[in-house]
Amino acid sequence: MTKEIFLNENIRQRNRKNKRFRWLVIAGSVITIIPIFLIVANLAVKGVRQINISFFTETAPDTFQAMIATSNGEIIPGGIANGLMGSLLMVIIASLMSIPVGMMTGIYIYENSTSRYASFVRSISEILQGVPSIILGIIAYLWIVKGVTRGYSAFAGSVALTIMMLPLIIRSTEETMKMIPLPIREAAFALGVPYYKMIIKVLIPCSFSGLATGILLALSRILGETAPLMLTALGSPAISLDIAKPVSAVPLLIWDFYNDPNMVNLVWSASLFLMIFVLSLNLLSRSLAAKHKYI
Amino acid sequence: MTDNPILEIDNLSVAYETGRSAVKNVSASIVRNAITAIMGPSGCGKSTLLRAVNRMHELYPSIKTTGDIRLDGESIFSMPVIELRRRIGMVFQRPNPFPNMTIYENVVAGYTLNDIRLKKTQRDDIVEKALHSVTLWDEVKDSLFRKGTFLSGGQQQRLCIARAIAFNPEILLLDEPTSALDPVATAKVEDLLGELKKEYTLLLVTHNMSQAARISDDSMFMYLGELVESGKTETLFTNPHDQRTEAYLTGKFG
Repeated sequence: MTKEIFLNENIRQRNRKNKRFRWLVIAGSVITIIPIFLIVANLAVKGVRQINISFFTETAPDTFQAMIATSNGEIIPGGIANGLMGSLLMVIIASLMSIPVGMMTGIYIYENSTSRYASFVRSISEILQGVPSIILGIIAYLWIVKGVTRGYSAFAGSVALTIMMLPLIIRSTEETMKMIPLPIREAAFALGVPYYKMIIKVLIPCSFSGLATGILLALSRILGETAPLMLTALGSPAISLDIAKPVSAVPLLIWDFYNDPNMVNLVWSASLFLMIFVLSLNLLSRSLAAKHKYI
Repeated sequence: MTDNPILEIDNLSVAYETGRSAVKNVSASIVRNAITAIMGPSGCGKSTLLRAVNRMHELYPSIKTTGDIRLDGESIFSMPVIELRRRIGMVFQRPNPFPNMTIYENVVAGYTLNDIRLKKTQRDDIVEKALHSVTLWDEVKDSLFRKGTFLSGGQQQRLCIARAIAFNPEILLLDEPTSALDPVATAKVEDLLGELKKEYTLLLVTHNMSQAARISDDSMFMYLGELVESGKTETLFTNPHDQRTEAYLTGKFG
């Protein structure tokens, strides 16, 4: 009898502990999701007023125009077109450089996972991922700004972004390749398909969603990079598509707006735009991953 | 076994690492237009032997193969590998249709992946014929352009057989093709194999003795990498010469 009472008490105590722990976990997860909602809400409240068509089609205003508009209680004229075009230009060049190289490296590492050189490359790529972005900016400054374009340039910015993208692409490629079952590869070999064709016509198409997801995540990661661009692309008040000349970028504009007391309102709108853009890329990559999931 | 074997295996050994052979000095002849079953307990080297026949081991540089295999008298090791694999098709344990391809594309994959150009009418012909041969045509003729992975397991396996025979091989290697299927699908595939032997020579690895007894004409029994005994299935099952064969067949081990 006493034993039974003891057992019941023990179980009740366990249930209480379970419950307490569950609430702790729920609280933790709520704390995790609150910031993202607060950030978007905050940016929306403060920034949505400035967002209209000219926000996307016009270049950033000068401080005098902004001052007049603010003192009249109007919205600040102009927009972020120079930053948009600059970001687009640099991201495209960085993608063109990093995606092929990163994919080839990722496939190489996967295919030769036991070789010593491959694991060396993998570790280097992991280390590269941990290098602070400002240092990559300094390196790109040394190599490109000083050495190649003889001045701040979109190309220098692209190189810095390329180095940031590379390890992300390499890693996602390798991880994606790991998901493809061996029998799929063997099926191709059993049909007499040569090795390189197996990679191009079977491995890459089969892992399309994984590769696309990795690329989109890498893009959303570099879109917000500011520090390396300060040392390389510098910024430009006008729209420029010359890769040897300085260009602006959305995060660079945000920094400029922040430093100009007359343009603080634009900080919110530009941030809201960048935030929503990056979030959409993330959501897009998720839906892609779900839609093309073969394996 | 016969005067005119299609495939002769001559003193073949396969080692995954030096000094440890998974297949030891196996010699055998495979009869044309028949089903030859390779039986034996797990790890006896039967799949390793099968995969030597289309030089699948070459994918893994550490695997060493010695001895010879002759297809119609010609050593397979001196053939271009694409020609060899065109003449010897393979079906795997688990159905493995290419997940990025439709049913139609899967059947002609051997051609498209090797950049062999065909007219559309030729392709249509090949697809229809191959799917008819595996008795899949009526089930999928309205969904040829859906992904192969939408099919059931048994259908997928028949699709994989269709993919292999679309190349019009002389020999089909089957590595436990029904082990991932339910009994109904297994029965369908077994019936199909019985039909296919009219046109092709089938070499079937199975750990399922009753399957070997049901559908094979000849049998090989392997144990610990050695070919213990081979001959007509009927003889081997009713009157085995080797003690180990008898022990396996009566369920004493394996």
